[in-house]
Amino acid sequence: MDRGGEETRAAAETVARRSYGKLVAFLAARTRDVAAAEDALADAFAAALAHWPQRGVPDNPEAWLMAAAKRKTIDAHRAAKRGNEAAPHLAMMAEELATPTDIQADIPDERLKLLFACAHPAIDESVRAPLMLQTVLGFDAAAIASAFLVSPAAMSQRLVRAKTRIRESGIPFRVPEHEDLPERLPPVLDAIYAAYAEGWSDPMGTDTARREMATEAIWLGRLAAMLLPGQAEALGLLALMLHSEARRAARRDASGAFVPLSEQDTGLWDGTMMTEAEALLRRAAAMNAIGRFQLEAAVQSAHAIRCLKGTADWAAIVTLYDALWRMTASPVIAINRAIAIAETQGPRAGLAALDVLDAAALSQYQPYWSARAHLLARSGARGQARDAYDRAIGLEIDPAVRRFLQARQAALAADPAP
Amino acid sequence: MEYMLVLFSDPKPLFAMKPEEMEKMAGAYYAFTQALQNEKALVDSRRLKIAAEATTVSLDNGKSKVVNGPYIETKEELAGYYLIDVPDLDAALKWAARCPTAAHGHVEVRPIWPMPG
Repeated sequence: MDRGGEETRAAAETVARRSYGKLVAFLAARTRDVAAAEDALADAFAAALAHWPQRGVPDNPEAWLMAAAKRKTIDAHRAAKRGNEAAPHLAMMAEELATPTDIQADIPDERLKLLFACAHPAIDESVRAPLMLQTVLGFDAAAIASAFLVSPAAMSQRLVRAKTRIRESGIPFRVPEHEDLPERLPPVLDAIYAAYAEGWSDPMGTDTARREMATEAIWLGRLAAMLLPGQAEALGLLALMLHSEARRAARRDASGAFVPLSEQDTGLWDGTMMTEAEALLRRAAAMNAIGRFQLEAAVQSAHAIRCLKGTADWAAIVTLYDALWRMTASPVIAINRAIAIAETQGPRAGLAALDVLDAAALSQYQPYWSARAHLLARSGARGQARDAYDRAIGLEIDPAVRRFLQARQAALAADPAP
Repeated sequence: MEYMLVLFSDPKPLFAMKPEEMEKMAGAYYAFTQALQNEKALVDSRRLKIAAEATTVSLDNGKSKVVNGPYIETKEELAGYYLIDVPDLDAALKWAARCPTAAHGHVEVRPIWPMPG
């Protein structure tokens, strides 16, 4: 397919996904049966992907999908009746599909309810992000499985189990009461961020499924921010994802080699995304409800200052990581905090900050070893740095990052003795 | 939807309780039961005698085998239940959190298998 054709196909697919999610949410909100809603729409979605790229996206994609789903469901209902099968779900679905045709132009947007159902505390944490990608965005299990590095069979099974659980345990399709949001919103935002992180781990963008996943996760973040405009953390998450996404083009050089943040060409950072992220952060800050995502986005904002001033605001970054460390006690935060401390107080202070961590628990964690190696090398402890690089290289999966670490290690030996 | 709040707790501290503590605990359960009744969410509720009083039966080659004690010996044992009728899991979870057992034991929330008709 030529490039233009590819773009048309991608555009049609995007519209189909948006409409699909809206219809799944609309149908499932009433029956609590996500699988049945998906079944009703599966053929319609496939037909849209086959027809729209050639014939163009219809004016009202939702009505088009709804009409196609209705035909298929009625067919299935008839077939089930002939087979003497009682099919109460199909009957209910046929009824639901019949209702909104009168109000074709306006199907209520229930996707936020679907997001809250997918990230309900009664759903296993590891399946929340995949479940959102499938039900709200219509990704198939195989694409999700490849992004999450799980076999398609295992991913399908987890998704089926989660949908059964929503139906059987009575998980509601409802936006929680305001007083419950502090407890119930974080899992929704975490799952969106997890979907983004899976897509982000393919910076070359060669893996289409992953690149799309990151784009779609940002779209989910936009949806949450739009539907919950008074929730500072929803805005903070979107700002964080936009700041990260803005740097996608700068994370690899022309030959595909990994470029660390400190060496990225800021000219390649996406100004539009960064501007939007900054505006979101300002809006969030005015709400006086600080949280993890706003703080992490503010860290990225302090890096983005490089575009204007040529250097990141390391003092601000240390302060922000201090706050994040108190809030989360996460080793990932501690490692980044140590790197920031090394920028303001020197590598020895950075190494001392790393020592607060339980080294045994992090012995298999690549970022710990690469941060250690980096700080040891800067402090002149070349032998220890070499060993730490060995550990980091052994743990790294991404070949481009591995080559980068190997180059850093080789540079140690090339350096003249201090 | 109907749910059973299955209550698990350790009976040992009960034996050491002073009468006034016992009364306080009974009061907490009474208040919880009243709240369920007021909201028209209560279907049924019972407290069980301690698991040490249980007798367990199974059929072994068609012959009834009777064992002294509960099927499963645990520190926190099945102590009773509340059968409730509420709109969804979130409502059931809220009641479970208000149940006095949640403070000193565990409350398992199980959907009831719907019977046709």
